[in-house]
Amino acid sequence: MTSAIRIEGVTKRYGQVQALAGVDIVIAPGEFFGLLGPNGAGKTTLISALAGLTRADSGRLAVMGYDVVSDYRAARRLLGVVPQELVFDPFFTVRETLRIQSGYYGIRDNGEWIDEILEALDLTAKSNTNMRQLSGGMKRRVLVAQALVHRPPVIVLDEPTAGVDVELRQGLWSFIRRLNRDGHTIVLTTHYLEEAETLCGRIAMLKAGRIVALDTTANLLRRFSAQMLRVRLANGAQLPATLQARLGPTVPSSEVTGELNFTLESCDEVGTILQTLREAGCHIDDIEIVKPDLEDVFVRVMHPV
Amino acid sequence: MSGFFTLFQKEVLRFWKVGFQTVAAPVLTALLYLLIFSHVLQAHVKVYENVSYAAFLIPGLVMMAVLQNAFSNSSSSLIQSKVTGNIIFVLLPPISYRQFFLAYVLAAVVRGVVVGLGVLLMTLWFVELPYREPLWIVLFALLGGAIMGALGVIAGIWADKFDQLAAFQNFIIVPLTFLSGVFYSIYSLPPFWQRVSHFNPIFYMIDGFRYGFFGVSDVAPLLSLSIIGTCFIVLSVFTLWLLNVGYKLRA
Repeated sequence: MTSAIRIEGVTKRYGQVQALAGVDIVIAPGEFFGLLGPNGAGKTTLISALAGLTRADSGRLAVMGYDVVSDYRAARRLLGVVPQELVFDPFFTVRETLRIQSGYYGIRDNGEWIDEILEALDLTAKSNTNMRQLSGGMKRRVLVAQALVHRPPVIVLDEPTAGVDVELRQGLWSFIRRLNRDGHTIVLTTHYLEEAETLCGRIAMLKAGRIVALDTTANLLRRFSAQMLRVRLANGAQLPATLQARLGPTVPSSEVTGELNFTLESCDEVGTILQTLREAGCHIDDIEIVKPDLEDVFVRVMHPV
Repeated sequence: MSGFFTLFQKEVLRFWKVGFQTVAAPVLTALLYLLIFSHVLQAHVKVYENVSYAAFLIPGLVMMAVLQNAFSNSSSSLIQSKVTGNIIFVLLPPISYRQFFLAYVLAAVVRGVVVGLGVLLMTLWFVELPYREPLWIVLFALLGGAIMGALGVIAGIWADKFDQLAAFQNFIIVPLTFLSGVFYSIYSLPPFWQRVSHFNPIFYMIDGFRYGFFGVSDVAPLLSLSIIGTCFIVLSVFTLWLLNVGYKLRA
């Protein structure tokens, strides 16, 4: 079966910066795929190379089997990209913007589909409003609509929910999920890891232009993370030295709350840890068993011990 | 509807939506030039026999409007799209670099011709022009607009900020246009500046365009046509090469 996206040995250098250092990813049709990584990891460069916005120094990229350089017309027709930047053309209304975008793909009478997208993205009431007059969240939704006007089977969303409020985010994801159920391949980059965990069946993590993890979300959670015992000690309580070594990785939220995370190989260990704390005279303010999440995986992959 | 046609249509719509700025204002500026220069110089300057200075001036002003507005259209559209980032909407679809070039240049020609016609219409009240060779008028207007449209594409791609584009326009395009014989015949210049003027391609555009009105010109119209035709081919090839390699657009 033809891959929705095939990326082979892609490298890209900007001056002294190696943005992509040999990236290989194959994404099957119908997948909901997450591309994660810290800022500057190369996610947007990879998407740009896929969309033909930048040219890779070496390697090959293909969309539904069509090379993005030699068969760029077919490849671009099959790809919809929602860019990270909130860009718009201030000369036109929402509907004009979508009509023009349809025309760029050679689609003439696209009114019905445009109406459907506007409805799904809750933009119908704003269809004749100039782009300048829309809020940031609405502009973001128009960007999504623009990426969909030509009904591409592969849709890439580069941080689509940045700056979008919770309600709109929910609506957007429900629409994207529907597209995925209808058979569209979705590639998502996001800094909201809980979104990626909920939505993506497979995830690749990029660091300094290299893939450092690539697996199903479930496998990543199993491989890189474990259940944890999260404990908050009373003020002034000192952690016994025997337990220092058992501390798991620090996640950003723990640094704020002063919580201690103990990695658990099995639930039986909970008793031992609590017993040690009691014997050391530590008073416990709060206690919780935490299931593994993608944030832990991300921290472990990006900052291996 | 092909990508090319939509891009062309969008570029025309873009300037039409701000017609006061892109059409009415340059027409008014040209009209002011006509009123002031013809008032001051009418009695003192005579360039061709049986042609008043105001009549001589009008084709030059029309062509200047065509050229400057054609350049402005493609260059300002591209720099705005680059600075605001919405150039991505044109780069993502399957529009070839040839279609891209053609759409921007043709839209630039349309704006140039619309402004030029506006200037011509407004000057009908002042002087009656003979229109001796209308085909030459059309040919030079279209070719001149296309050259400046292509130059505008180059400037728009090259410039990273509005300041650089303004420098391109104010230090190259405007001097070349003003020193091309819009307001005078180059034979009224000292020999050295006459020779220098022959290196200015805009001189040939203005001179050939004026030939279409009066049937007389400073140099043979065929020579002007071949020079600006060569200019167009060279600029087009260069612009197409820039677009094909993705210079500053697909870094």
